[in-house]
This record gives sequence, structure tokens and C-alpha cells, in this order.
Amino acid sequence: MAMSGVVAVCEPAFWAGFDRRHPETFIDYFAQISEFEPTRAAEFGIRHYCWVAVNPKEAENRELTEEVLRQMPEFLEKPTCLGVGETGLHKSTANEIESLQAHVELAMKHDQLVLIHTPHLSDKAHGTKTVLEVLAGMDVNPDKIWIDHVEEQTIEPVLDAGYWAGMTLYPVTKCSPRRAVDILEKYPRERLLVNSSADWGPSDPFTLQESIVEFRRRGHSLQDAVEIYHNNPCRFLGQNPKWDIKPITISE
Amino acid sequence: MLSPQKTLDTYYLEARRDLLEVAAMLDRYDQSVKRDGEKAQDESKRFSLLKAMEILSNPDHPSANRAEQLLNHFSEIS
Repeated sequence: MAMSGVVAVCEPAFWAGFDRRHPETFIDYFAQISEFEPTRAAEFGIRHYCWVAVNPKEAENRELTEEVLRQMPEFLEKPTCLGVGETGLHKSTANEIESLQAHVELAMKHDQLVLIHTPHLSDKAHGTKTVLEVLAGMDVNPDKIWIDHVEEQTIEPVLDAGYWAGMTLYPVTKCSPRRAVDILEKYPRERLLVNSSADWGPSDPFTLQESIVEFRRRGHSLQDAVEIYHNNPCRFLGQNPKWDIKPITISE
Repeated sequence: MLSPQKTLDTYYLEARRDLLEVAAMLDRYDQSVKRDGEKAQDESKRFSLLKAMEILSNPDHPSANRAEQLLNHFSEIS
């Protein structure tokens, strides 16, 4: 990844492949992603940042969620923690919605960025609409909120509401490298974020590079590519002063 | 050999992904027509894809030879 130009990775607190039962398990996990992983990535010349949250898939456990939320401010202070994420919805249940609200409230109280997951596949449109309704009922700063996993059917309402819209590329289940470029060509790019993933399901970090190559193949300039794939993340994440990677200009 | 249910469960998401790519490619073409103000001089590849989807949209192919039918169909395009 470093050899292909990746300068940083941002690891959201994620589902572990099973539902955790104890708040302490989350706390140890937060310590791993905020303390150990930056040292591991540094060996390869890549900056490592993290987000902390109870993932939506585990938000059904209200007692656990409340206890983890109580301990999260300690981790928001860590030098590589960028904010609260990923929160959001998986099946759009009442407990998930309550957890989303609590996470966003905590983030706003501590002036943090927020990374919001929207559901996959069949619940995508409904879940995204619900996320927007929840946020509309809260006192939030849209500049600080990244709503992720937008696709053709959900990007417009996210952008219209003033949020940053993220496309996390996947080889099978979500937005593909080519479809991301179609979206980049169709909508204003100022609040679009494109990234890839390495998680428990079929995923491929190099879908990001595939998308960049596709973008360039269609005749877009190197600087336009830099604006989207490097500078936009710097602009959004740079709202947190811990992110000190600056937008760059290519001189040709 | 996979059971009927296992076949659908195993390959549904990949087929969904592939259909979305076809849809996006056709959208890409329409967008380019809108942008440039004119259609491609030779639209035979587009019509070929649309015809292929017609072949696929028939629910019953007793010989289970859709791939063979598509290859025969595509062989008409140079």
C-alpha cells in the first residue's frame, strides 16, 4: 500500500466477526487501534489513525453500548483518534437508532468528527433515510459528519443535507471502483470521499487504486485525482488538528 | 455439485454486482451522450447488450444454455 502512494489509513472501530459481550473487550480493542496499530503501520511508512464507537451490529446490547460510551471520551483524547465511528445503522432497529443518537451527541459534545455507517444491500435506502431523519432532529454540524457507503440511490439526499458523502469501495457488495468514478463525474466533488477497506468480509484495499486508475483512464487530470483521493480526506479529517497531512498540489 | 438453493445463495451477490456494472455502463453511455450532444456513430455494441439482457430475462431456458446463447449472440458483433 505504501509503495502505491497510500500515506494513511483510518481504522474505524469495527465488528469483530462476532458480537462482543463485555465493555472491557471494547476497551482493549480501542487500546489496540489507538496505541499498537499506529506503531505497526509506521514500520511501513503509513500513518495510522482510528475512530472509536460501538459498531451498529452490536448496538442491540444497550447496556454494553452505554458502558462503552461512558468510557469513550478517554480514547477521544488519544493522539491518533479522529473521532466517533463507525456508528450508524445496520438493521435500523430502535436500539440502533438510540445508539446512533447517543454516539452523535457524544461527538458533538466533545467537538469530534463522526463517521456514520449506512446499511448494506436491501435496507440501504431506508436506512440512509432514517440516518438523515435522526440527524435532522439533532443539533449537529454537517461539516463534521461523514455518511458512508453512499451509492447511486442514496448520494443525493446525503449531499443535499450538507454532509460529507463517503464511498468505501468493495469488490462485490457495495460501490465498485468504476461506479465510484461515475458518481464523481455526476455530482459536485467537494464533499465526496473515496476509500477502500480491509475487513471481515470480502474486501480489497486496492479497489482504491483501481478507482484512481479508472478515473485517470477517463482523462481526468492528476491534480483532479489528487483533489479527490488525497485532498478531500485531508480537508474533512483535517478539521481534527491531530490529522496533520495537508492537501497537496502537483506541479507538472 | 451445489443444490438449487446453495447455487443461488453462493452466486447471488456476485451476479448482483455484475448486473449493477452493466447498468452503470449503460448509464455512463447515456451521460456521455448528454454531455457530447450526440450518440455513438456505431451503437451496435449497445444494442447487442440490450438484446443479451432480453435473452437473459426469459425465465425458462430448459436446456440451461444461456451462456452458449449469449456467446452465439455476441459472435455477431465484430
